[in-house]
Amino acid sequence: MKKFIPLIILIVLCLFPVVIQNAYYQHLMILVFIWVAIGSGWNVIAGFTGQVSFGDAAFFGTGAYTAGLLAHHFHISAWWGMAFGGFAAMAVAFPFGWICFRLRGPYFALASLALNEVCRHIATIAEPLTQGMVGILIMPTFLSKIPYYYIALALAVLSVVFVQFVMKSKWGYYFLSIREDQDAAESMGIDTHKYKMVSLNIAAFLTGMAGALFMNYMGFIDPEVVFSLHDISIMAILVGIIGGVGTIYGPAVGALVMVAVHEFFRTGFFGLFKGLAAMTGSDAMISVAKTISHAHVLGFGILVVLVILYLPNGIVGDWDKLVGKIIPFKKKEAAS
Amino acid sequence: MDIFLQTLVAGILKGGLYGLIGIGMSLIMGVMGIINLAHGQLMMVAMYITFVLSHYVGIDPYLSLFITMPSLFLLGALIQKYTLNPLMEVDSILPENQVLMTVGIGMVLVETSRFIFTSDYKSVQTSYSDATFYLGEISFSVALVIAFFIAIGFTLFMFWFLLKTDIGRSIRATAQDKDAALLMGVDSKKITIITFGLGAALVGAAGTILMPIYYLFPDIGGPFTRKAFVITILGGLGSTVGAIFGGLTLGLAEAFGASYIGMAYDDMIGLIIFILVLLFLPGGFKRLTKI
Repeated sequence: MKKFIPLIILIVLCLFPVVIQNAYYQHLMILVFIWVAIGSGWNVIAGFTGQVSFGDAAFFGTGAYTAGLLAHHFHISAWWGMAFGGFAAMAVAFPFGWICFRLRGPYFALASLALNEVCRHIATIAEPLTQGMVGILIMPTFLSKIPYYYIALALAVLSVVFVQFVMKSKWGYYFLSIREDQDAAESMGIDTHKYKMVSLNIAAFLTGMAGALFMNYMGFIDPEVVFSLHDISIMAILVGIIGGVGTIYGPAVGALVMVAVHEFFRTGFFGLFKGLAAMTGSDAMISVAKTISHAHVLGFGILVVLVILYLPNGIVGDWDKLVGKIIPFKKKEAAS
Repeated sequence: MDIFLQTLVAGILKGGLYGLIGIGMSLIMGVMGIINLAHGQLMMVAMYITFVLSHYVGIDPYLSLFITMPSLFLLGALIQKYTLNPLMEVDSILPENQVLMTVGIGMVLVETSRFIFTSDYKSVQTSYSDATFYLGEISFSVALVIAFFIAIGFTLFMFWFLLKTDIGRSIRATAQDKDAALLMGVDSKKITIITFGLGAALVGAAGTILMPIYYLFPDIGGPFTRKAFVITILGGLGSTVGAIFGGLTLGLAEAFGASYIGMAYDDMIGLIIFILVLLFLPGGFKRLTKI
């Protein structure tokens, strides 16, 4: 039975846009799928290989700009970005990894953070090429969200399957051994520098693909959006952490939770308080609704703190602990 | 030549302040081994406290140091005690959980400020905010010079504190070898709490003395966090002397970059220096001086 769960989820996801035709929910699901790809990429380099990267936005932005610039300068379809975006991100990752993988732990994390910032500055300053802060605007190909939905779904499924494939191969075991003890791995004859490079390039490829899709779907990018430290790099880490570091399905769960929570706070509990305010007409409710949508990022930040404190290995990683906490409670309820 | 001298002066004055920001980060990094990505955000909190005190109570920004520093010390100590220390006992796959925690704390601090003060730009206007004096052809901003000397004062005080006092020695011992310090009877938990508090208080002081010449909005912390870690890497982890030289180097590099290359490259220069140092001088200036 357990074997079929991913298949069942996949079928449900395929039928989703047919059943729920509300464009808003389809939009949310597309975002989830994009985050699944980014989160899976981050998980390969950080979760499995143990090299925590704070610079995923560099790859994401490179992918997005590849798609955008191809469309902008050569007037070809931005979908070509899906073909080249991943490789462009790898072209950024390769020299970066080559140089910076001699650094370890927090030093590598800082170097990746610097890469993120350098990329953002380059995209801002190189105006003839990237239009700087004006950003790049392209016309979306489809009016309906459904084609985007299936493309994003395909990307998400492919990245999860790909990560699973990699982790079951010899490479996967190399990655894990590097995470557990780099010196021991080295002394066992594993070329740690090479396999860290492989891992980083896989991560960059997946993230770059997600970036190219983002460009096609959103139709507009500027450096502050796609090279954002907080909205992309940190968010990618949170997707990985909340879902479960070093698990195959972790990023998928994390992406769903993060997007849901983000929307939950942003819309003020999905308009619950606004609805209450409209229903009761009381001023107090209206001000509560206003306050909540005002403080949505604050709620999000507090959630981050709580998750790191109490669920350090994420929902998938700490699943048994979570279930253990909920089930006794249920049993007690039934007994009483 | 005048431009050169003017740039030099501007760079050194800025560098003194950066040094003060860097020392706090360097202390935290040396003792706990974590990058405090909420460092600039703590500075932002201190700036808001200064703003409130000066705007609503009418206390001069420099006098409010006596209020901002203790409050920041308290804030830092509470953060360490209730959010970072518990993480040490939690086992997780990644050791970087504490760094992520500081990111989360930074977010909470920024959003709380935005919630209270909105995103509007604020500033504190004092009689000396725009005052300048001249030595020859070179102009000095009065507020920046005062800030520079206060920063130097705090730096010297920190030196004395770390070298001569009991707590200072414990902090250095913990930074050098945590287990050995523990065996020698140093309460390492207490030391981490004090260190984080001190780091927060120092960056708080930097924020307060910057207030008369700077403007303030909730997102101001981010760039300063970045500067702080560039300084820390430049100087070498945990090195106080290194942090001062790191701060001066960054201040000078930014000033010269802005004068001779272009204002837009201001932030880039710091990051490029950062990557160069990581590559060619890992360990920072500490490696050269052995202090």
